[in-house]
Amino acid sequence: MSYLSVESLGVSYGAIKAARGVSLSIKEGETVALIGSNGAGKSSTLNAIAGLIGHTGKVGFDGIDMSSFPVHKRAAKGLALVPEGRGILGRLTVDENLRMGAYLRVDRKSIAVDLLRIYELFPRLRERRGQTGGTLSGGEQQMLAIGRALMASPKLLLLDEPSMGLAPLMVEKIFEVIREISSSGVTIFLVEQNARLALESSNRAYVMESGELTMEGDSQELLRSSKVRESYLGELNS
Amino acid sequence: MSIISKGIEKIRSNKRILFIGYVLLGIALVSLPFLLSNTVGRTWVRILDFALIYAMLALGLNIVVGFAGLLDLGYIAFYAVGAYAWALLASPQFGLHLPFWAILPIGAGVAAIFGILLGAPTLRLRGDYLAIVTLGFGEIIRIFLNNLDHPVNVTNGPIGINKIDPIVIAGADLTRTHEILGIQFSGAHIYYYVLVLLLMITVLICVRLENSRLGRAWIAVREDELAAQAMGINTRNVKLLAFALGATFGGVAGGLFASLQGFVSPESFVLLESIMVLCMVVLGGMGHIFGVLLGALLLTTLPEILRSTASPIQESLFGAVYIDPEALRMLLFGLALILVMLVRPTGLWPGTTRKQLGNKG
Repeated sequence: MSYLSVESLGVSYGAIKAARGVSLSIKEGETVALIGSNGAGKSSTLNAIAGLIGHTGKVGFDGIDMSSFPVHKRAAKGLALVPEGRGILGRLTVDENLRMGAYLRVDRKSIAVDLLRIYELFPRLRERRGQTGGTLSGGEQQMLAIGRALMASPKLLLLDEPSMGLAPLMVEKIFEVIREISSSGVTIFLVEQNARLALESSNRAYVMESGELTMEGDSQELLRSSKVRESYLGELNS
Repeated sequence: MSIISKGIEKIRSNKRILFIGYVLLGIALVSLPFLLSNTVGRTWVRILDFALIYAMLALGLNIVVGFAGLLDLGYIAFYAVGAYAWALLASPQFGLHLPFWAILPIGAGVAAIFGILLGAPTLRLRGDYLAIVTLGFGEIIRIFLNNLDHPVNVTNGPIGINKIDPIVIAGADLTRTHEILGIQFSGAHIYYYVLVLLLMITVLICVRLENSRLGRAWIAVREDELAAQAMGINTRNVKLLAFALGATFGGVAGGLFASLQGFVSPESFVLLESIMVLCMVVLGGMGHIFGVLLGALLLTTLPEILRSTASPIQESLFGAVYIDPEALRMLLFGLALILVMLVRPTGLWPGTTRKQLGNKG
């Protein structure tokens, strides 16, 4: 049974249609990637699912139709978005940022346990816990954004371009953590331009081209598909 | 300043020193009006009263601007609403003479409703755009009060409302002089104690708010609204609450002002007043309760000191008064603002970034 089900979702900015007829589904425990080139409509799709922007079509999650829900209500149902640009609260410390992620939760004990877990996942954040968010490096901010989303103990983690603007080594590190989170059982929907890393870290994937989904399938198979290799992995016919 | 805050941190951790500190503060607060009226004159107690009212106003605005990050340039409108609510419910204007314990909550409630009225249509605005709309709102309220003398006379227009009832407790008019245990207490002196008490309550509420879930939500909205939404914060409600609660304090302060003064007119609620209150918040340290208190006290008392010293100093130095104290006041005020913004851009006493280690909630 699908956990997240999106049916003929559409997003438009005035006359421009950023996404059309997008239908996709994610099962519990899966990590699904959405790849595509710049401006294909990946982030619009993700933001629409999170409720940040208005959309047509249906977004169902965990048996509830969330199409009419505003962002905060979708968050309350278990969606946690790591937005593009990370959305760090710059003048709050790392620790405060993480605690803010647990805003909707009331059980102090389990919040404290989760905080320790995040610090284990990101030892770097533990070192910087008293530092304000604005003083962190790009990679550390990305870690913080992911950690903060996890503090909500989400049912579905929505990641928007986690590799953006990061040094290659840091990108590797971030994806290592994403795989680790995935293997701990969290369902993940990942939007990413770096197709190779996205496919290597996911179970299934969708390919988006100028607002529409053009391919879908097992990530390993897509990695071998000649069309994907040609268009997104920068390989000429081998 | 960091040495001072470290010192404060040390004192905070020692309960006995803290207790003695509170006792000393209490004695200082109680004896301050005696000290002032016996040294620099009785008018100073009255000046102190107004300083306390402005401090309450500044704390209210601090909720909107400092905590939630919503730039409000029309805040004085809520002060006006509170003042006029008191004036209309306790003066010969309509022949109504409600007791203070009834008017105070009514005034606060009416101001809160006006806060929501301002907040609701401006939810999507931020920064400069919000500032412009709030500025307009402030002026609209003032102009309304100015023109509401016809077709039906409600506010008496520019003439204002006179003979407003003071606070009366057990038959005693608090604006008159009373003798208690052989000591003479002037009206301003008694009001001072009432205001100190109410200001303490205000500070207490502000501190509680800042450390509450709502306070954290305000800070998240201030820092990044989209991220706040993604964390599950209902930013609409949270912003409306900021406007409503900020307005409530403004309304209470306005009511106290009307009852102390005995007279209100639209003149007291001009744009410059909004800007002054905002200056108290920014100069003191936006978002930091005690910084804002400091800002309010400085900006209300320093001009008065100047007023009473500028002319005599000029006379003794040059034999004549060359610059009118009023002109000098604005000149020095502008200079002080520029200096503070250059040297301490985050205010005189900004809040230290809390470094919460460990598992405190």
